[in-house]
Amino acid sequence: MILDISRFVETERPHWTALEKSLAWLEANPQARLTLSEAENLHTLYQRASADLARVPSGELRRYLEWLVSRAYAEIHEARERKRFRPWAWVTEEYPRTFRKHLRAFQLATVLTIGGIAFGALALRIDPEAKGVIMPFEHLQGSPSERVAKEREEQGRRLAGHKDTFSASLMTHNTQVALFTLALGMTFGFGTIVELFYNGVILGAVGYDYVHDGQTVFLLGWLLPHGVIEIPAILVGGQAGLVIAYALIGWGSRVSRAERLRIVSRDVVTLAGGAAMMLVWAGIVESFLSQYHEPVISYGTKITFGLVEAALLTFYLGFSGGQTAVSTRRR
Amino acid sequence: MDTLKIRTPEGIEFALPLAGPISRMLAFTLDMLVVATIWYAARQMLAPLGFFGKDFSDAILILAYFAISMLYMMLAEWLWRGQTVGKRLLRLRVVDAAGMRLEPSQVIVRNLLRFVDQLPAFYLLGGVTCVVSKHRQRLGDLAAGTAVIRAPKLSRPDLDQILGGKYNSLAEIRHLAARLRQKVRPEMGSIALEALLRRDEIEPKARLALFEDLAGHFRGVVEYPPEVVEQLSDEQYVRNVVEILFKEVASSQQPVASRG
Repeated sequence: MILDISRFVETERPHWTALEKSLAWLEANPQARLTLSEAENLHTLYQRASADLARVPSGELRRYLEWLVSRAYAEIHEARERKRFRPWAWVTEEYPRTFRKHLRAFQLATVLTIGGIAFGALALRIDPEAKGVIMPFEHLQGSPSERVAKEREEQGRRLAGHKDTFSASLMTHNTQVALFTLALGMTFGFGTIVELFYNGVILGAVGYDYVHDGQTVFLLGWLLPHGVIEIPAILVGGQAGLVIAYALIGWGSRVSRAERLRIVSRDVVTLAGGAAMMLVWAGIVESFLSQYHEPVISYGTKITFGLVEAALLTFYLGFSGGQTAVSTRRR
Repeated sequence: MDTLKIRTPEGIEFALPLAGPISRMLAFTLDMLVVATIWYAARQMLAPLGFFGKDFSDAILILAYFAISMLYMMLAEWLWRGQTVGKRLLRLRVVDAAGMRLEPSQVIVRNLLRFVDQLPAFYLLGGVTCVVSKHRQRLGDLAAGTAVIRAPKLSRPDLDQILGGKYNSLAEIRHLAARLRQKVRPEMGSIALEALLRRDEIEPKARLALFEDLAGHFRGVVEYPPEVVEQLSDEQYVRNVVEILFKEVASSQQPVASRG
């Protein structure tokens, strides 16, 4: 134990103060690069504070030194590269590259949703009375033909004066759904799988209902303009959830669970941001285009618009940003 | 006390005290009050948008509320290095569980995962996970590799304040003082020092009881003649013992030369 703690504190305090100042500056300037002499000085101060910590067995002084050493340790031993966020590069390069890096997770999310679509359509074909259970939305309970006739009659007046609010509500609600699907990845993917499948079930039941009633063109005109962006965005949320689940389970990986989750955290954030960005666009399109039908806008125009969007999205996610980084599967 | 222990490559181990679920819940409640206040202020500031029509201003309000509720925690934790208003008030801080720098992606992930932590209601899943996990982590913390610690007070012990150059009758009998230094275990010395440093934070009754226990312990370690100790209160006795343990009476030596 230290016999003369006052002298010890007085002797060492200037070095602790110097270390505190260096750390405060580094923490306030995360992009800063130290010169060789500055780095050496920081390391010396860190080693000195560490040695002092080893001499103090307990008490308030130890807690102070532990806090000081922990901050210095974080700055000195951190090996992760801190990149400056560049919005344009993120949109054109990082997001599409990250999407392709975890393509298998996206494919799995798609297969699960398609499975749900098939189940929903089949369930409604076998038991049409199940419509109220499968599609718990009031506006979808009536006959598709009646809805089409009503839309023709109203000519888009239903949303007059509410388009902006409707668009904002769609953006926030759909973003919450995508992020919820992502977060459920922490249930070892079980929640994400259920959520993706259930979304598919609703989609399949709605699709079957309209097709069965002879309203296929209306359905395509209604869903394609926003759906070709909105549905992939939800799938990207599911993709991120499955990436978390894969890191959590870690089949065949020798890396610790904490490290696996650490490795994918930046990609998860990128995918979440990408899904949110897509849903902003989908919300605008759904409010200002999808809800207008013939005779206001022809179905052909809406379907063409949707197909062009789908092609652009495929090109963007499939090719933008050049070569994809190494897949996490190989880590 | 649960701690986050980290061993550095230099062989030094340090421990950061982990925050419990109750203090975290209180900090979260305070943060929700902050969100409500920001939202109220935003509504007042955005009121002039009504000039462009109710539909437009309502849409902006919906987006503003979503942004405030989603981004407040993320921005605060990032800009204040792991703290929000609630965490600052309760002296809590989010840190990297491996002791490294807290990265923006970690802050975002731990907050995105609130969607699942708050299931089925009132953060039950997150609360249960926090109680049972080794480092008191909710699911968001596990996914992001973060932990919430209790930030220590950044001050060094002020020995002069508690010792203050008062006459020390125990130090006068040098051979007993030397025996005291030899026999008192370091942990007991630290506990006595801590008790003196925090004496004003302790309830009067508890303070009397604590110093009675400590003085009783030290009296048992080295027995002083009755005439030396009969006028001393328990607290004075402990203060004198701490002075003997932690402060050399004859400190006329020059400070150690700086190494750095």
